[in-house]
Amino acid sequence: MSVVDPKASTNASLSIPSKPASAQSKNSQAAQSGSGGRPLLGGLSGGILTVIVVCIGLVWSVPTIGLFVSSFRPGALISTTGWWTAFAPPWNFTFDNYQQVLQAQGMGQSFLNSIIIAIPATILPVLIGAISAYALAWMDFPGRNWLFFIIIALPIIPAQATLIPILTIFTATGLTGTYAALWIAHTAAGLPFAIYMLRNFFSALPKDLIESAEIDGASHARTFYSLILPLSVPALASLAIFQFMWVWNDLLLALIFLGGSPNRAPMTVTVANLVNSFGSNYQVLTAAAFVSMLLPLIVFFSLQRYFVRGILAGSVKG
Amino acid sequence: MTQTANTQVQQGTLHPPKRQGGRHSAWRPWLWLGLGILLMAIFQVYPMLNTIVLSFYSDDSSSFVGLKNYGLIFTNHSLLLVLWNNVLWLVIATILTVGLGLLVAVLVDKVRVESLVKAALFVPMAISFVGAGVIWRFVYLYAPANRTQAGLLNAFITSIGFQPQAWLIDARFNNFALMIVYVWIWTGFCMVVLSASLKGIPDEIIEAAKIDGASGFTIFWRITAPMIQPTIVVVTTTMIINILKIFDVVYVMTGGDYNTNVVALQYYQELFTNYNYGVASALAVILLIAIFPVMYLNVRRIRAEEAQR
Repeated sequence: MSVVDPKASTNASLSIPSKPASAQSKNSQAAQSGSGGRPLLGGLSGGILTVIVVCIGLVWSVPTIGLFVSSFRPGALISTTGWWTAFAPPWNFTFDNYQQVLQAQGMGQSFLNSIIIAIPATILPVLIGAISAYALAWMDFPGRNWLFFIIIALPIIPAQATLIPILTIFTATGLTGTYAALWIAHTAAGLPFAIYMLRNFFSALPKDLIESAEIDGASHARTFYSLILPLSVPALASLAIFQFMWVWNDLLLALIFLGGSPNRAPMTVTVANLVNSFGSNYQVLTAAAFVSMLLPLIVFFSLQRYFVRGILAGSVKG
Repeated sequence: MTQTANTQVQQGTLHPPKRQGGRHSAWRPWLWLGLGILLMAIFQVYPMLNTIVLSFYSDDSSSFVGLKNYGLIFTNHSLLLVLWNNVLWLVIATILTVGLGLLVAVLVDKVRVESLVKAALFVPMAISFVGAGVIWRFVYLYAPANRTQAGLLNAFITSIGFQPQAWLIDARFNNFALMIVYVWIWTGFCMVVLSASLKGIPDEIIEAAKIDGASGFTIFWRITAPMIQPTIVVVTTTMIINILKIFDVVYVMTGGDYNTNVVALQYYQELFTNYNYGVASALAVILLIAIFPVMYLNVRRIRAEEAQR
């Protein structure tokens, strides 16, 4: 485990980032004039290409790794020496930053708030979206196409163009500053995309199946519940993951609709406040940022397949 | 197989007579759609129309002021700069995300470490802009020239003999420094979508072109690029929609100071710092107008796809 075999593992090339990076432009030029293989890459041998793409991957990972390493370093060192020096002998790592963040900075409450906000704000749009999408996909009624085209146009509207009147509604009904305000706002904002995506998925299900259910005398509710939903689990999962990430990572709606009440603030708001008030208190910031990324990263790595599928379903084609 | 036979047999009985009150009653679809439509009407359509109205009213929405808010935006120096920054963002960040996404998608195709590299580029998608803002503050960290540079970028720059720069403060760089954070997050998205589209090109077409003696370059421009062109359009539209309303990155990293402000952040500040609902609404309407062509094209595209179904 301790010695990495340079041939067997791509990790070996991770330790020599500077050289291939300079060779990169030269190689891509060479690639364009080459022939054979897949497009653009004809002239490149597999080895060089592997090095190039690994370097790109590395460049993308380094900033996150840097923050991760920093979050385990003593506060005094974070802003005075580079995180890469932490790998050299006087190893100086600590859990203090995390301890401080979790205990003193109210991150525990923020984490809880994020969960309280995100779970209903994920379930509601998926559920309501599925019910609406079923009607759009499998019921025939006048105005159906017309309605569908409005629904495709809606997710494109910038949130900013809706926030002031919504805030007025929430303030008039006493919802500003409550979790419910965010549940409603996120549900409404996520609904058009949810309906669009699920409607496409539902209407691609085999027609025979739905019709035979109808012939067997199943009601719409029954068809929906025991036929459509079980068949659509992958689509529902993709959508739910998407919506969850979106809500979890949202800053704007939380800033506006929670009216600055810190005891209900989700993690994005708390971390953003830390950036502003602790601009140079780096040890708190590093750990706090990492805590806020933890759940999305776990979701991402465990459900990557659904995540990618959701993206493709939403953007490539119905 | 038997099912297709079934439906053919039963086709006759399927559509005609409406069943009593059951599956085909006229109000049934609206019952299913009701809650969704209600939510979208109250929290999407009405607010949008109301925002347009508010943009013609004074700061506290009490009196009609006509086009005054728009006049202010298009004559005030700092507000014009905000608009200009959004244009910069729109052009540069869109080109970078789509361009890099396409480049990586092409490079990574059929390479052994493909899934690993893709995951590396894709991970930032799971990270919030707030988290990314913190990550990149450390990359851009600045210390005066004679001190140790703890920020990766300045450490690199000084090691090859340049002066360290205050990336987030210096107006020559800071907008680009912020755009790089966006590019870091969204290139993975472009890459994944474009890569899926590339894989959809049948191998036989490429093989046939090679047999005809086409070079890799020709194959890319004459076959690959035209075949994935619809996907490029979709990805570009998504980026434009995102970038127009860019907010979080700027909010977290510079707060809009040092000439980095953008429309969505200025909107937020008009709302909560200046309490000027009129100007805030007018800014939102400008975003809406800017996005309208994209919306139109998008609906038209989906409509065409629907027709093919």
